[in-house]
Amino acid sequence: MVKRRYMRIKAVAGLTVLMAVCGVRADAAEPGASAVVIKDATILTVSHGTIARGSILIRDGKISEVGQAVDVPDGALVIDAAARFVMPGIIDPHSHLAQNGGVNEGSLAVTSMTSVEDFIDPTDIDIYRELAGGVTTTATLHGSANPIGGTGAVIKLRWGQDAKGLLFAGARPGLKFALGENPKHKRTQERYPGTRMGVEDVIRQAFTEARIYMQDWDEYNKRVAAGDKTVMPPRRNLTLEPLAQVLRGERLPFVHAYRADEMLMMMRVADEFGFKVNSFEHALEAYKIANELAAHGAVASTFSDWWAYKVEAYDAIPYNAALLTRKGVMVSINSDSAEEARHLNQEAAKCMKYGGLTEEEALRLVTLNPARQLKIDDRVGSIDPGKDADLVIYNHHPLSVYAVPQKVLIDGQVYFDIQKDLVIRKRMAEERKTLEEKDRQTRDKERQPRKPGDRDTVKDKNATEVPPQGKEGE
Amino acid sequence: MADPTRRTYFVHSGMIILIMALTLLAGAKPVYVIRNARVHTLSPAGTLERASVVMEGGKIVGVGSSVRVPPGARIIEGKGLEVYPGMVNAWSNVGLAEIPAVEVTNDAAEQGQYKPQLLAFSAIHPESEHIPVARVNGVTSCLSVPEGGIIAGQSVLLHLDGWTVDEMAVLKSAGMVMNFPSLERPRERYAGAGFGRTSRKTFAEIKRNYENQAKELSEWLEKARHYAKARQAQPATPVDRQLEALVPVAEGKSVVFLTADTARDIRNAVEFGKKEKLRFVIHGGREANQVADVLKKMDVAVILDSIVELPVREDDPYDARFTLPRELASAGVRFALTSPDSSEVRNLPYEAGFAQAYGLSHDQALRAVTLGPAEILGVADRLGSIEVGKSADLVVTDGDLLEIRTQVKNLFISGREVSLETKQTRLYQKYLMRP
Repeated sequence: MVKRRYMRIKAVAGLTVLMAVCGVRADAAEPGASAVVIKDATILTVSHGTIARGSILIRDGKISEVGQAVDVPDGALVIDAAARFVMPGIIDPHSHLAQNGGVNEGSLAVTSMTSVEDFIDPTDIDIYRELAGGVTTTATLHGSANPIGGTGAVIKLRWGQDAKGLLFAGARPGLKFALGENPKHKRTQERYPGTRMGVEDVIRQAFTEARIYMQDWDEYNKRVAAGDKTVMPPRRNLTLEPLAQVLRGERLPFVHAYRADEMLMMMRVADEFGFKVNSFEHALEAYKIANELAAHGAVASTFSDWWAYKVEAYDAIPYNAALLTRKGVMVSINSDSAEEARHLNQEAAKCMKYGGLTEEEALRLVTLNPARQLKIDDRVGSIDPGKDADLVIYNHHPLSVYAVPQKVLIDGQVYFDIQKDLVIRKRMAEERKTLEEKDRQTRDKERQPRKPGDRDTVKDKNATEVPPQGKEGE
Repeated sequence: MADPTRRTYFVHSGMIILIMALTLLAGAKPVYVIRNARVHTLSPAGTLERASVVMEGGKIVGVGSSVRVPPGARIIEGKGLEVYPGMVNAWSNVGLAEIPAVEVTNDAAEQGQYKPQLLAFSAIHPESEHIPVARVNGVTSCLSVPEGGIIAGQSVLLHLDGWTVDEMAVLKSAGMVMNFPSLERPRERYAGAGFGRTSRKTFAEIKRNYENQAKELSEWLEKARHYAKARQAQPATPVDRQLEALVPVAEGKSVVFLTADTARDIRNAVEFGKKEKLRFVIHGGREANQVADVLKKMDVAVILDSIVELPVREDDPYDARFTLPRELASAGVRFALTSPDSSEVRNLPYEAGFAQAYGLSHDQALRAVTLGPAEILGVADRLGSIEVGKSADLVVTDGDLLEIRTQVKNLFISGREVSLETKQTRLYQKYLMRP
């Protein structure tokens, strides 16, 4: 009954996996017209209010015009969106999407040498499912098994493209940290740390080493620049490299944390080492330290209403996002799960119910704010000219429980269309039936007692009878 | 001469009388009238505009536009507000588990395979922080179930208010929970996230296991029937508490919940239930749509697990879980929606909201969290709709009960107005005030 929040459930259905993937992929975004017009919709810009009956012109994948009336170029694909709602594509700042077989490298306390980018699985069906839930961009991060995890990846949900094609070009790289119960949890083996004290120690030690490493390289580069031809480069260290990048401000630290005290600890460490915590992930007790978070400038990326599944989640309150917003902290809502990701708009609506955010404030929690958190707000997160045309068209207001995405566009191309999905699923059901029938026939054939002289007994002349197999297979 | 002891006695007795009077006052159920509201009765009367609901003695005593307002009644002005019956969450572990990750706070799962004598009732913690949180969006009753093993024990149907479990219990024993043996490969916790493995059992092993367990279960029922006969014929027959608990189930007198999710598991469970002549309901029902014809024909109701979940098979439609209620409704299968996770019971209206978003009608969606579960749990004479004689479990809102942004204004359980304060509102107020 307890929802398994810390994991992803994956059923592998053998042959059908490939079928599903191929079936949908063949119908993924069609390279459409270079100009697209979405007409007569209620446009929730998220940055500058709502346009009651407006249109959006998209050129070459970018939003070109937004307003009551826009140019309709010859040959443009026109999407009639009367009585529909358009909002920016949802940005999920914390997921484990497209990581089949990855997520945690928990064998060491520090695994900053690992990278999500190395094992992105573009066939993960959850990409399509999230897309159908309006998500267009996600930061797919390592898990929280160790104090310092690996480097994550920001991807767009361009279902049908290969791993490289999913990457959000130019997104600032990140590094995952984790505090509290998860990294100190003794799962399969005893390894340091086992307490919150140890978690701090591991992080502090890693940054101490990284600082020396960074200084060694700075010194080397300085001498090379000065014309010194005899200086030897320091030995490259793949574990310390990403940490040095954090110290230089080139890599964003994403810090999984629940309790207020551990977030304060991390900010102290960051202050001492001269870097900034980009965001606290989940941050369920962030409301207790709004002042400190605002002063540090850390984003709180939280859940709307999860609580009580572990001790460090017992003080979680659904008013977290609203209270933090009111106290000047940048807040985003993250999913951490492929299921939750499919209704982040409705999770945002809960922050209106609990704590009274306005519609625009609520929508920003899953669009503009996560874009700012990931430092990609110049590209995505609102409906403004010049930004990528990542858009969701809903049948109801996206803060309504009844809202269902009808079309999802990324870079101006339709990657999800609810009408097309109906066609695909029908075809897939037929394909499945055909394959199952074929499979059944093969098995029936194998069950037949073979007579000498049957053609396929030639390979095994001694076989006269094959015992029947089990009635049902799995 | 004044006797100081005596005076103290008088003072004490005076205070005791005062306290008793106060207690009586507090315990007495005041009369409430909600007036001029839109009342969604969920009864044949339908939705009533500008109507009133009168509550007295814990019951609904009047519904309609021309009701008698008893003198001294507390009036709640309902203009612009909506009144719904309190929602019934037909599956949860509310009161049995506080923090799932901490084993000592979990009283839902006892050891052993066959535990029909266990009562969830006995382990309910009325002061659980989950209870006030569970009701903030209008859930007023909740089935709380034991788990684990093949016969997990007896569930309890709770009102989400009361000083003790005796006050909370609507049905002390609300049905036996049976995890019907499955032909599916068990999925272990954490499988897929790099912790743990999926079971490597062959299908033949799983099938053998299934057959053994189904046979054992039949034997238990058979033993219970023999036991009942023996006790009747020979009252000196020694008491067997396990069989004693199983007798009403085996005789088809009390309801049993058979948990089954996949089409073939559901089919097997239905076949078993019919063969054993049980009064049963399917719980889980993930693929109930695929056996809807059987369920309809046999008139078997389904308590659905949360539908706000991912499909299980990779080639399932992306909305396979969301569309399940619509498919069951159109096939004429009786069902209830649930939000089973104790910490998420408050999200029950959104289960119905999602079901509506994916094709269920609004009336059917509302029904699936009110009268539907009340009928399936056999308490439709008391819960699930706004009708005279039923328990005064009411939610007053400023809008559509199933919408996320709707706010609950008043909540009544058994005619008592219940506080909407929770651990979470207290923490919110406290930290909102932090300078």
